[in-house]
Amino acid sequence: MAGYEHLLYEVDGGILTITLNRPDCLNAFNDEMSFELQKALKEAEKDKAVRCVILTGAGRGFCAGQDLRSRSINAESSNGNGDRPHLGESIRKRYSPIISKLRSMEKPIIALVNGVAAGAGASIAFACDMRIAVKEAKFIQAFVKVGLIPDSGACWLLPRLIGYGRALDLALTGDAINAETAYQWGLVNCMKDSLEEAQAAAQELANRYAQGPTQAIGLIKRAMNKAMTLDLDAYLDYEADLQEIAGRSDDYKEGVSAFLEKRTAQFTGR
Amino acid sequence: MSTKTATEYQFILISQEERVGIIQLHRPDALNALSPDLMKELVDALEAFDADDAIGCMVLTGGEKVFAAGADIKKMAEASAMDMLLVDQLARWDRIRKLHKPIVAAINGYALGGGCELAMMCDMIIAGESAKFGQPEINIGVIPGAGGTQRLTRAVGKAKAMELILTGRQFSAQEALEMGLINKVAPPELTIEEAKKLAKTISEKPAIAVRTAKEAILKAFDTTIEGGLDYERKLFYLLFASADQKEGMQAFMEKRTPAWSNR
Repeated sequence: MAGYEHLLYEVDGGILTITLNRPDCLNAFNDEMSFELQKALKEAEKDKAVRCVILTGAGRGFCAGQDLRSRSINAESSNGNGDRPHLGESIRKRYSPIISKLRSMEKPIIALVNGVAAGAGASIAFACDMRIAVKEAKFIQAFVKVGLIPDSGACWLLPRLIGYGRALDLALTGDAINAETAYQWGLVNCMKDSLEEAQAAAQELANRYAQGPTQAIGLIKRAMNKAMTLDLDAYLDYEADLQEIAGRSDDYKEGVSAFLEKRTAQFTGR
Repeated sequence: MSTKTATEYQFILISQEERVGIIQLHRPDALNALSPDLMKELVDALEAFDADDAIGCMVLTGGEKVFAAGADIKKMAEASAMDMLLVDQLARWDRIRKLHKPIVAAINGYALGGGCELAMMCDMIIAGESAKFGQPEINIGVIPGAGGTQRLTRAVGKAKAMELILTGRQFSAQEALEMGLINKVAPPELTIEEAKKLAKTISEKPAIAVRTAKEAILKAFDTTIEGGLDYERKLFYLLFASADQKEGMQAFMEKRTPAWSNR
């Protein structure tokens, strides 16, 4: 789609690839890119032709997080109480909507981590449904080293991915982990030696999703999200509703027919 | 009050499933904005169902995508105070208050301003997870005029009503549930169905007792506890003139299912 200056938005065969496109600064976020990403995700959600999303970065890095050049204590405090910045407002406006949308969009989102994922960039990778990384990729959230907390959902997302102990350790030290460690810890689903191999793996996975029963996939995501906040009985009740909905999809009929006729199902996503 | 057939309505769709009468607001190009023409059809259809012995309970919805995004601002922007007073368009809404049969609202998408007020005029509300309520009238220089300041306050209390009406902000179905405004939050795909399920259950209860219960419950807002209790008691005694009271108690004693005659 036209209209994006800081990212690339390319749809092909049901797969949308969003490429953060500020390679000179390792795809760090400025205001414009954060709002464009929000817009792109909203567009992806609405577009029925998009059945899977790949999120990646142009050039050497995946995403370096907040561009510190576009944030200075002075800039932030110019409309505040004089000498105190308003980071909370910045997060609410720029990052929270991205994280929220990545988790709530009922389509699978694959982070193709082609290089360093730092700060909010790492959080965004955590918020995607799965991560495929190249060997050279690194995850680093050095917030603590500037007296801040890991934001953009990191403290919620990371413990759920790698467990409280390791997540807290990384948050408190601000240390980086490489792709190999991330893979061992289950933080990335798949690690490849080269960018080409990683891209191929992401494409292959995305193709499977794009040809899959999109509605069911969305409902699975909804179910797992909901399950994190409900007790078992409430979840079971919710699950029954979701299965009711899934059972009414065309893809269910097709799936069962294909199974009985011993052929490959042709899902339409409806 | 006219009894139109389903095909004669332009701004609403009506249907029936067993003893449930279903009305769907239908102005898809205007997010179901509640124009005087739509309201006229809505009230006519509600009254028709109310008078129909074959109907026990009603469902009011806007469909899968939106309930009603407010009143039709274009039609009143230039009106003078005297215009508003003499046309008195909100008087039509009073007829909804007089309906005897219960209405379950099924809310998906936006229920804003008049849309929120219309929802609150219903007796029960089922909302989809992504439904958004709001009374944003403050943002266009007015106040809720179709019951918002009264019904919202009674439902959620002073502090929340003040916050919501004075900021005009939107609130979610979950928030509405937690505040006591609605009955249930459902996945958006199943909202209308959940409302129909509830309506079906009620539609199969003895009709005279149903309408009497609705009347008694609504009275509780209008009177003192003494007055309310006295009213309830008279209504209770009155029901002993209904055939269904006799049938209901008889069936209970005989340990069998009652056969309602709705008399």
